Amino acid sequence: MSTPVLQIENVSKRFGQTLANDNISLSLDKGEIVALLGENGAGKTTLMSILFGHYVPDSGRVMVDGQELPAGRPRAAIRAGIGMVHQHFALAPNLTVLENVTTGTESLWSPRSRRREARAKLLAISERFGLKVDPDARLGDLSVGEQQRVEILKALYNEARILVLDEPTAVLTQIEAERLFATLKDMAAQGLSLIFISHKLDEVMSTADRIVVLRGGRHVAERRASETSKPELAELMVGRAVSRPVREPSDPGDVVLEAAAVTVRIGGVDRLKAVDFRLRAGEVLGIIGVSGNGQAALAQLLSGTAAMASGDLLLFGQPVDALSVKDAVTAGIGRIPEDRNKDGAIGEMAIWENAILERLSSFSRHGLVDRQAGMAFAQTIIDTFDVRGGSPASRIRLLSGGNMQKLILGRNLIDRPRILIAAQPARGLDEGAVAAVHERILDARRQGTAVLLISEDLDEVMALADRIQAIVGGRLSPPIPAQEASTRRLGLMMAGEWEGETAHAV
Amino acid sequence: MSAVFDIIASAGLWAAVLRIATPLILGTLGALLCERAGVLNLGIEGIMTFGAMIGWLAVYNGADLWTGFLVAALAGGLFGLLHAGLTVTLGLSQHVSGLGVTLFASSFSYYVFRLLVPVAGTPPTITPFQPIHIPGLSDLPFLGQAVFSQTPPTYAAILIALALAYLVFRTPLGLAIRMTGENPHAAEAQGINPMVVRYGAVIAGSALMGMAGAFLTLSAFNSFFPTMVQGRGWICIALVVFASWRPQRALLGALLFAFFDGFQLRLQTVLGGVVPYQLFLMIPYVLSIAALAVMARRARVPQALMQPYRRGER
Amino acid sequence: MRFERREHRPVALVIATPLIAVVAALAIAGILIAIAGAPVFEAYWNILKGAYGSRLSATETLTRATPLILTGLAAAVAFRARLWNIGGEGQLYLGAITVAWASSHLIGSWPSALQIPALLIMGAVAGMILLLVPLWLRLRFSVDEVVTTLLLNFVAVLFVSMLIDTVLKDPTAFGWPQSQSVADAAMLPKLLARSRLNLGLVIAVVLALVLAFVQSRTVFGIQSRAAGLNPQGAVFAGVPLGRTLVVVACVSGGLAGLAGAVEVMGVKGYVTTDLSPGYGYSGIVVAMLANLNPLGVVVAGLFTATMFVGADGMSRAMGIPSYIADVIVALSLLTMLIAVFFTQYRIRR
Repeated sequence: MSTPVLQIENVSKRFGQTLANDNISLSLDKGEIVALLGENGAGKTTLMSILFGHYVPDSGRVMVDGQELPAGRPRAAIRAGIGMVHQHFALAPNLTVLENVTTGTESLWSPRSRRREARAKLLAISERFGLKVDPDARLGDLSVGEQQRVEILKALYNEARILVLDEPTAVLTQIEAERLFATLKDMAAQGLSLIFISHKLDEVMSTADRIVVLRGGRHVAERRASETSKPELAELMVGRAVSRPVREPSDPGDVVLEAAAVTVRIGGVDRLKAVDFRLRAGEVLGIIGVSGNGQAALAQLLSGTAAMASGDLLLFGQPVDALSVKDAVTAGIGRIPEDRNKDGAIGEMAIWENAILERLSSFSRHGLVDRQAGMAFAQTIIDTFDVRGGSPASRIRLLSGGNMQKLILGRNLIDRPRILIAAQPARGLDEGAVAAVHERILDARRQGTAVLLISEDLDEVMALADRIQAIVGGRLSPPIPAQEASTRRLGLMMAGEWEGETAHAV
Repeated sequence: MSAVFDIIASAGLWAAVLRIATPLILGTLGALLCERAGVLNLGIEGIMTFGAMIGWLAVYNGADLWTGFLVAALAGGLFGLLHAGLTVTLGLSQHVSGLGVTLFASSFSYYVFRLLVPVAGTPPTITPFQPIHIPGLSDLPFLGQAVFSQTPPTYAAILIALALAYLVFRTPLGLAIRMTGENPHAAEAQGINPMVVRYGAVIAGSALMGMAGAFLTLSAFNSFFPTMVQGRGWICIALVVFASWRPQRALLGALLFAFFDGFQLRLQTVLGGVVPYQLFLMIPYVLSIAALAVMARRARVPQALMQPYRRGER
Repeated sequence: MRFERREHRPVALVIATPLIAVVAALAIAGILIAIAGAPVFEAYWNILKGAYGSRLSATETLTRATPLILTGLAAAVAFRARLWNIGGEGQLYLGAITVAWASSHLIGSWPSALQIPALLIMGAVAGMILLLVPLWLRLRFSVDEVVTTLLLNFVAVLFVSMLIDTVLKDPTAFGWPQSQSVADAAMLPKLLARSRLNLGLVIAVVLALVLAFVQSRTVFGIQSRAAGLNPQGAVFAGVPLGRTLVVVACVSGGLAGLAGAVEVMGVKGYVTTDLSPGYGYSGIVVAMLANLNPLGVVVAGLFTATMFVGADGMSRAMGIPSYIADVIVALSLLTMLIAVFFTQYRIRR
């Protein structure tokens, strides 16, 4: 057998107290697709950053075609034929596709950019791999799927023979994802070698030849795709049998929130187009969809940070014209924002300040803040919701993602809200924290809270929601009961295909 | 009305426009280069002051005029290095750091000037650049006086503007600079070190600012005095926005601006007795603010402007 | 070499930061003094002596500190909410000229007890108005307020220059451009006889105390801090961003305007275009040295005044240009920035 094109040997990397990579080895053959499977924080991204020269490993080495790669030199990695497709695209929206692709490909001291040659080469590559794109388009005008194509083209333009894709389907629709995997298989058939990072078992099983499982910075298992199963992989990935809380049947109560033909316009664009939904006390309504399809506008509207352009919104049966944050909070709407760090917390402020910021009026008199009461409130949340790693007076930034989310959940749930708007509540959390968050949400439902769950995670929605609507291009599908939901049906709904409706028409 | 026409029709106005525009062109290009790489350089006002002082001082001590320019450029580059150290390596607030550089560079220039040049009744002077006579062209009617009787640095500034336009849009290096200002992570992913690019751009840009200052003492005037820069640096910062970060437009913007300035200077002499001269002097500043208000939303700001880049930290 | 965010900031380090910064600035300026051929320690001793060596110089230092504390507070309040008000200088001049105009043309005959508060309020309002323009431009057109406030400084000073050249010109000043004087009843009471030290210092210190209380204890304090640290998060939490910024701008501009009013009513009695030797700009340094803490502003204002007054004395005694004070003040801004950085980050390898 020939030498593998890529070998990672005994790589270790430590950040402060945490050992992000602990003696990891991995090899990749020509034409092979290897999946790197693991939870957040398992060390996948660190390992790939070492491979690509962004980090210098504490020990261990990377070999390409039997040649050792100098550590910490992205240029050397590029030259050796390693290409990286980042999860957060490394692209500049203000530049053209061609400019994005050719940055750094010519000597910086060359007196002239060879644009014509570059364009010809780009077009040839896009032809060969079926990745169609307009070289002169401004990148920011492209769809997410097209941008990813540019990201892949960029690697191929650099003559990459080893392609690393970090969570490539995170931002894609089901259909785009299927198309992407077809392309990847075609590339492998043409002799490229691929590593893709994922935590989604379905795509790993369907696409990879071989699966390497990382956990806690360690290489814990390696399986051929043909010789393993989803449950086995799940257990390997998490380290124990997975048990997320399960929804038990319930009797939903009155309609507490109703939207009829609601449109929301942000920045001159209709982000939400005449949507209808009804939310009952004691039920979870799941809104499933690929991110960027209007979820943000929906969450903002119900959180009081976006105004309605047209339509009717009924809150506890009363029509609402404009909902402010204050209205929402006093009406008993709990709000879990999609982005904890940007929306949900002021990192440099104390935990107690973050706990009371959205309800300052209940913690102040004549404009003076009651610090004692605020501290006590924060302490109660910390105790009740098992928030670890901080005291009321410490800065919230010091909390881990899971604990910060528990605090945000806590400040919303502690007063038994009548409605809970939860946008991607478990995103980016590890399995233990996901289970805790789900448990809290089901708990709230049990106590009669109406929960609107906005999520792009099929498993999450199927586990928690009583009824499910899909959001596509700012439109909502009619609801289906959870019993009728299947991965396939939801996948179709997320692509805009729901029975009796014509959502294809934009 | 005919007074206005007379002013516009006078070759002297147009000659003055080019003269007034020169420091603005150089300063705007300098600020633009920094900002294209993602660094706002509010050190400009102080760097121009220091360039004016040190360039003049070099010539006063016997250096020739071009050496004076070079010295000012080098000094500007050093202040650029300081600003880059604070904003690129340490990632400090570009606003505050730039103001710090301005305060330091201007007070330092006054200190050095006072220390090395004894106080005298009339400020000491040097012999500044003289207009060059271009055979043929300088003798043209009107145009000869209006356009072709400038000092060499003015022509140099225009050439630099065109060269920078070429650099930014037509060379791999320019693309690397733009990418660094748009998304340093992407630049890094393509093997470009954004830190190095930013350092280079800030140092080179600051060198241009130093030259902008030197033009004041080596060509426009012949002596140095404190507060002589008079907010020209801030006007340049506004012109960068007005020019949408494009060197060609920076050139046009500076000329347009200088036109209004030269026009108001001449209008002053006409309307001097009637309207207080301070109203005329306000025009450039008010104009800059108006230009900002018009362009701020329309222009495509480099996306990573004012965002510190730290490897591995998003 | 990499920088790593510190998980915890040692309290001792945070308190020591300004001291370290000032010592570093003095050390660097010391090199400049040495290059000028003067003994460094003697020069610094002379600065101290110049600032506190006599009753006169000590009161002069305190007098000089007054506008610096006020402009420092103006910058601190604004910066805390990430409103980059660099226009303190212009706001100061506008406050000053408003007071001179009002007292000489409008309410000069009022008794002190009424006239002084009225004038102080008018001076503050003038400063506010000047800052509301750039704030409006920011909220309406997304124009960076740094540049607009900077540019407005020039406009404001020219405006003042125009007024004292024309309608407000003092006819008894031998043709010198100088405003008419405020009424005697408008002058702030002296704190000490035979000195220029006046009630302005008390006003400045009291305002610092009030602000410290407001920022740490009130709803507005928390909201303006949240707005500065994370505008998006603040909006999500229901902080009225625009309104908060308007209030912040009013306080900040008002304080700078007040600095001008106090300078006229406490010291000068009239306005010239060299009323302020850059108090507005120095206020930024004062605020940064104080880490934007209102009580720290009092100390930092005093330090800055010490340098300015002391350097004048030292300059006369030793022939070092008094600009060294400006150099020290500017350097301490830079060293403070670096020092603050190292309270937040540490160096790895």
